[in-house]
Amino acid sequence: MTIKVSMRVNGKPVSAEVEPRTLLVNYIREHLRMTGTHVGCDTAQCGACTVHLNGKAVKSCSMLAMQAEGGEVVTIEGLAKADGTLHPMQAAFKEHHGLQCGFCTPGMIMNAVDFAKSNPAPTDEQVRAALDGNLCRCTGYQNIVKSVMAGARNMASSGS
Amino acid sequence: MKPPAFDYVAPTSIDEALEQLSRGGEDARPLAGGQSLVPMLALRLARPSLLVDLNRVTGLAGVSHAAGELRVGAMTRQRAILADSLIGRHAPALADATRFVGHEQTRNRGTIGGSIGLADPQSEYPAVALALGARIEARSPAGTRRIQVEKFFLGPYSTALDRGEIVTAVIFPDWGEGTLMHVDEVARRPGDFALVGLVAALRCDAAGKISRAGLAWFGMAPTPRRATRAEAALTGALASGVDAEEIGRLAVEDTEPWDDVHASASYRRTVGARVAARSLRRILDASSNRGRP
Repeated sequence: MTIKVSMRVNGKPVSAEVEPRTLLVNYIREHLRMTGTHVGCDTAQCGACTVHLNGKAVKSCSMLAMQAEGGEVVTIEGLAKADGTLHPMQAAFKEHHGLQCGFCTPGMIMNAVDFAKSNPAPTDEQVRAALDGNLCRCTGYQNIVKSVMAGARNMASSGS
Repeated sequence: MKPPAFDYVAPTSIDEALEQLSRGGEDARPLAGGQSLVPMLALRLARPSLLVDLNRVTGLAGVSHAAGELRVGAMTRQRAILADSLIGRHAPALADATRFVGHEQTRNRGTIGGSIGLADPQSEYPAVALALGARIEARSPAGTRRIQVEKFFLGPYSTALDRGEIVTAVIFPDWGEGTLMHVDEVARRPGDFALVGLVAALRCDAAGKISRAGLAWFGMAPTPRRATRAEAALTGALASGVDAEEIGRLAVEDTEPWDDVHASASYRRTVGARVAARSLRRILDASSNRGRP
């Protein structure tokens, strides 16, 4: 059994015939060939696969592609401007060295962007609580927290 | 692909969803928020023949209050529960518990109905329902019924729902003036399943006497479990005279914790007594502060 699924990803309409068991993350990576969204655990633990669905951060490994039918999906590839200018949260991760190997970074940034929309000046504690669904095995989180705090301020001041 | 193959439908009405479920037979399953079920598919712990996605069914989400009852629609998302003012007023333990449920991203998808219907003995919402004396509204092709929470949870992942019947709402009775609630748990990491958790609700009358107590454990028995002995000891007692440590020790007497890789049963009992004492102290302190002019 395959079903047609249609949605918008980073502003562009896309559609495909997929098996119902296709996870949203597999659709994004394997059908759309956008590999910025990572798969760490496939079981909603690690957060590497975080994308936005209709403006909210979700774990794309824990949704079927079919469930995003008609939805608006934004992935890490959709954050920077067409001319390559980084999103304020991406710029903050670069500035504050909020990554080492980079595997968790797309998910960290997608979750942080959703969080910062409603928390323009978060405390260290609020950031740590908000990131409890994103695992990083390199950094010890110090610079990630610093990056998210700075990124949230950057987003608020740039109005994004 | 990790999940096993299945068929999928996304009906838009409850009647259509029930019809699809009954037509799908024994291995058809409803899909609510999917934050437990989809990982279970990826691990191949679940192998449904048909998934009936409830996310497009109209009328299943939302919170309302009337005639002394709070009605929380089954597809109300955890993120909405955290911020809902009616829940904050009438069943604050539900919002309080939500802090411990999963992570930001999973709370954007996860629902109360899914959690209640799954009946994981370690999850928070079933214990909230039990502590507060909720009723589970369920619908099948035969009609709608309300099941008392005491009769709903039968074992791990096992409920009184019939095949083809789905949870449509959870109904919480008003506890009234003078009620304070608190939820606490101990987990290895935030968002992990609790090793020990307790939902506590106490209502005090104007004279400072406890007129109603609801204490329900999660992660301490094959189902959420009421601490009936502790409830009985609290009911009728003066709030100012409660020995929280003693009630904490009494409260774990109604539990059946187990040994596993995460913790031993005796650890769970010891920590459980502390969690109960801490929760009660917190409620009683708030109650005595509130009583002051």
